Amino acid sequence: MTEYLIQAQGLYKSFGENHAVNDLFLHIERGEIYGLVGSDGAGKTTTLRLLVGAMLPDAGMITIDGMDLFQHGEEIRARIGYLSQRFSLYEELSVLENIRFFAEVRGLSTEEWLPRSMDILEFVGLAGFKERRAGQLSGGMKQKLGLASALVHRPRILLLDEPTTGVDPVTRQDFWQLIIRLVSDERLTVLISTPYMDEAARCGRLGFLRDGSLLKSGTPAELRSALEGSILELRGEPLRELRLAAAMDKDILEVHAFGDRLHLRVATGKTEAVLNRLPDQLAGRGLKVEDVRIIPPTLEDVFISLTSSEIADA
Amino acid sequence: MPEPAIITENLTRLFGDFIAVDHISFKVDQGQVVGYLGPNGSGKTTTIRMLLGLLEPTEGQATVLGYDAFRQTEEVRARAGYMSQKFALYDDLTVWENIEFYGGVYGVRDKNSLNATLARVGLTGYERENTGDLSAGWRQRLALSIALVHQPKLLFLDEPTSGVDPNARRVFWDLIYDLADEGTTVFVTTHYMDEAEYCERVGIMRDGKLLAMDSPAKLKEETLSGPVWDLYATPLELALEALSGVEGVQRAGLAGNHLRVITDPRITATKLKRALKTAKIDVSSLDRGDPTLEDVFLSLAKD
Repeated sequence: MTEYLIQAQGLYKSFGENHAVNDLFLHIERGEIYGLVGSDGAGKTTTLRLLVGAMLPDAGMITIDGMDLFQHGEEIRARIGYLSQRFSLYEELSVLENIRFFAEVRGLSTEEWLPRSMDILEFVGLAGFKERRAGQLSGGMKQKLGLASALVHRPRILLLDEPTTGVDPVTRQDFWQLIIRLVSDERLTVLISTPYMDEAARCGRLGFLRDGSLLKSGTPAELRSALEGSILELRGEPLRELRLAAAMDKDILEVHAFGDRLHLRVATGKTEAVLNRLPDQLAGRGLKVEDVRIIPPTLEDVFISLTSSEIADA
Repeated sequence: MPEPAIITENLTRLFGDFIAVDHISFKVDQGQVVGYLGPNGSGKTTTIRMLLGLLEPTEGQATVLGYDAFRQTEEVRARAGYMSQKFALYDDLTVWENIEFYGGVYGVRDKNSLNATLARVGLTGYERENTGDLSAGWRQRLALSIALVHQPKLLFLDEPTSGVDPNARRVFWDLIYDLADEGTTVFVTTHYMDEAEYCERVGIMRDGKLLAMDSPAKLKEETLSGPVWDLYATPLELALEALSGVEGVQRAGLAGNHLRVITDPRITATKLKRALKTAKIDVSSLDRGDPTLEDVFLSLAKD
């Protein structure tokens, strides 16, 4: 049996009528980057808050590093670094003063905090800005300072709540570079939440969260393999008529316009048949088809097929 | 040839010393779906606010549907719809009461016309629902119907899909394409790189500047000089270092558990593999990838 670093079983957390976390099971292995993917209100933030011990679940169990979170809260929290979505920095304090504050809160001694802080600032690339007031940092730098604050007590587990929402792709890439170094050099385990499907593809494993529970979990490749061969790209014109005509085929489950192309999702096992008949069918209606080809499914395709089959099953 | 729906010339807006929008010039043709892509704070909303005449340009000008956006605001507003990031719906009113209220603001009181607007976004049958009880996806549709209540020829959507789930997002884009098919011009901002792929043309914003505007296919063709590769190798960091020294590698970056590499057209897989082997890097796979708008953004942002 695999010993998971983080295990959550049957977690529930409600706020009045809102079942933010609803029978959630989560297993995270040591040294992996696990992505918790979902839209606003799917339960990402509540899940992270439960895992960090910031709030108690209504029911369920959380085990971290073999210890029950509710019995060994202090011990476990010492091993966790948490970067919340709206992490608070003291804008009027300098970069170094901010880190010092977090170091002291985390109980680092006077001899310890300064060398550790300098190491961390060096690591995130802020060493040259240690005297600058936090309020005068750019968005990307603030985010790095937030990360540095979460790392100051040498955690083994890093929980990141939507660290890249709305940030510049350049900053996003820098940020990921730091995360990957932490995982590969220091063997940290990272749990990161994100609303971006393209970002989810960067994680080692990921779980789709919806309505407070996990729809499906796996590596990006595993998740995509279920839809391998069932997404077609169609080019031709006029696009509007093609859209309507393609949607009439019984084996085409979905049709979406992407600029000058259409993406079609075909029922399992019907790809060959659709590829054979569709161009003639469309040409018979006087429509021009330039190209139809199989394209690799995206994680968004996977998410959508999971939720639509869920609707069909109901 | 019909006149463009939007023309901007050197459109600029300063807030104190801060240049929110920096000499932006572009044209949007009627009936097009144009995406305005950029991270938070890149100037997207400020641009829309100037196009709607809510904000005076510091320099330059904007012509919307043939009218000066700032001096002929009334004309523009009568013909353009706007759905903002935080759409203002009355939660304690029903769906019908919301559309009735906003219809009244635009002078649309005809019941049939209001019903038709709700039908367009698939809200028929939901008239009596309390707005506060709707899910994010349904609220978003109601907000869209409100922006459509006066049958505008041009629609501004400011981050309309933030926070809704992918299903609702696709349904929403289907609606946008229905509107475009009927001749409505749609100008939509987003910070989702993958979402911009839905648009016919995409403008890429960064730090107040419009870096480029074209179809996603053209942007990829013109910005990326050669193929894009996905490289899975260990150790990843050394691979990154090794590649940056290889001639013909335009850029290499970490993309989660692998590297994303853009090269000159003449670079082959064999050549890359050879360079990695010399650096004692264990390559598990190297494949051509489909270029994305994120690749384009990163390439453009480099300068």
